[in-house]
Amino acid sequence: MDGAAILAALTARFGSGVVETHDHRGDHTAVVTREALPGVLAWCRDEPSLGFAMLTDLTAVDYLKYPGHADGPRFEVVYHLYSLAHNHRLRLKVKVDEDDPVVPTAVDLWPIANWFEREVWDMFGVRFAGHPDLRRLLMYEEFVGHPLRKDYPIDRRQPLIGPTT
Amino acid sequence: MAETTRREFMLGEGSGTGSGSQNLHVGVGPAHPAMHGIIRIVTELDGEAIVRADVEIGYLHRAFEKDCEAGGYNNAIPYTDRLNYVSPLINNFGYCAVVEKLLGIDVTERCKYIRVIMAEISRICDHLTCIGASAMELGAFTVFLYMIKAREFLWELVEDVTGARLTISYGRVGGVKADLPDGFASSVAKAFKQTREVLDEVHRLLTGNRIFMDRMVGVGVLSREVTIAYAITGPLLRAVGMPYDVRRAQPYDVYDRLEFQIPTQTDGDNYARYLVRMAEMEQSMRIVEQALALIPGGPINVDFEGRPIDPASYVDLGKQGKTEGLLLVPITLSPNLQGSERPAHARVNAHDKRVVLPPKETTYGSIEGLMNHFMLIMEGYGIRPPQGEAYVAVEGANGELGFYVVSDGTDRPYRVRCRPPCLPPMAALHRMIEGEMVADLIPTFGSVNMIGGELDR
Repeated sequence: MDGAAILAALTARFGSGVVETHDHRGDHTAVVTREALPGVLAWCRDEPSLGFAMLTDLTAVDYLKYPGHADGPRFEVVYHLYSLAHNHRLRLKVKVDEDDPVVPTAVDLWPIANWFEREVWDMFGVRFAGHPDLRRLLMYEEFVGHPLRKDYPIDRRQPLIGPTT
Repeated sequence: MAETTRREFMLGEGSGTGSGSQNLHVGVGPAHPAMHGIIRIVTELDGEAIVRADVEIGYLHRAFEKDCEAGGYNNAIPYTDRLNYVSPLINNFGYCAVVEKLLGIDVTERCKYIRVIMAEISRICDHLTCIGASAMELGAFTVFLYMIKAREFLWELVEDVTGARLTISYGRVGGVKADLPDGFASSVAKAFKQTREVLDEVHRLLTGNRIFMDRMVGVGVLSREVTIAYAITGPLLRAVGMPYDVRRAQPYDVYDRLEFQIPTQTDGDNYARYLVRMAEMEQSMRIVEQALALIPGGPINVDFEGRPIDPASYVDLGKQGKTEGLLLVPITLSPNLQGSERPAHARVNAHDKRVVLPPKETTYGSIEGLMNHFMLIMEGYGIRPPQGEAYVAVEGANGELGFYVVSDGTDRPYRVRCRPPCLPPMAALHRMIEGEMVADLIPTFGSVNMIGGELDR
């Protein structure tokens, strides 16, 4: 199945759960709603003609300062899937608002999502509902804020930490 | 960690009360002689067996992704050197490839071959370091010295081409920094001959060595299902019998024109990973030899007709405005320096003025060249890909190295995401070591080949 057919199959199956699709520079991408996301991910993994056995990457983008994005949802959580059986890729995105930055977890589908989701929580402050152990991955627990957010200045100093007396 | 809280797990509170024995909590790292890289593994031991392990990372976090957003597209290249600092060239080319995809440009044939050659030399360096270090941790210090000796031969090649050994910054969006130096093919042939001798020696020392096999065979096993569910790629995936390699599955540069095999093993233990890496080095050398035979353009023949002058006075003349006839003067520069001879520059860089800096002769010799240079260097100008996003995967030494870049149309990347190949195996490390002896942690950790720079970014 080529990328366009995958996107067509997704749209046919999930209808309004798929908000938009594009293939900019040959990367086939579908934006799905948060409600449809668990179903879409499970279907992508289990449907034999898709066979996305690997969650290659999971990350997020903060669109706070993106031109023309002032009113839209602030975050996008981005899933990159790869199929070993069919050698094709797919990018799924889900938009999340700043007021309610929660996405359903993918840990039960792919255990690697555990660390990827911890990193996204750490860097962007997007929470994953149902994650078994959502703590920071790269920063330390006392760190204040989420550094990859666009409103986190690159030169902000953090208070020194050390053993409490 | 369902039944105990994290605090209880760390401190051991509540474990073993009333049973007469208590599990021991041992933290390995972050600074430990057997941990090459700064990482902490909190283990819960029952006698010498690891009952549970928790891997903590982030000690080498340097805000790579945040820093990339702060500068122009080419400014991120030195940061990518420091991701996997054992094979930095692959990182360079992976990042350049994703920006080129965003821009929709193609690099020259010769540049593609150079990228393949340098990436494969880096891959050999990476595997040499990995096997050498993990053999040393099992007591085979000789192997470490031999492997590092072989790496030295290869690093000399890298130094010849890039001018540096470790932080090479050789890739450029739209090309590479400079062409290959004269006589490169013969120095590669010499270095590979020596490397092959070393590999042969190491094969005789390790493969089949009783002590080595006792420590490696059947240790750190990961099943195929778990490996795939954890999105592990590279030698660890090939060690469970899956011949997935980005170079073959989704060929980039010129890998589809070169003949090479993808070595696989089926056991999924540390020994299988060792065998895969040893076999891959030979395949990488085959790739380099083929690429050197096929590379178009040939060696650079510098024509010394006219008056060769040294670069400094050339620049001075240009600054003083004495540019009449200056473009016709050949200058003597090592091709390793940016500002290489104009024909060499054209061979390795895309012919796109919006992306590639002009050769120094043109910059200092003509007003158009100076304006071109200025437009690319000044803040707010530079490389400006159209709005959009792109993901590119290349085969790093540890597996699929992915870059996901979002452009907002300005000269700075809006978001740069690096998909580090050694993060998935580290996330699965606890699955490899739980239930095994504490001494088995060391070879298993070695076989994962964790590189702190790319794991923590």
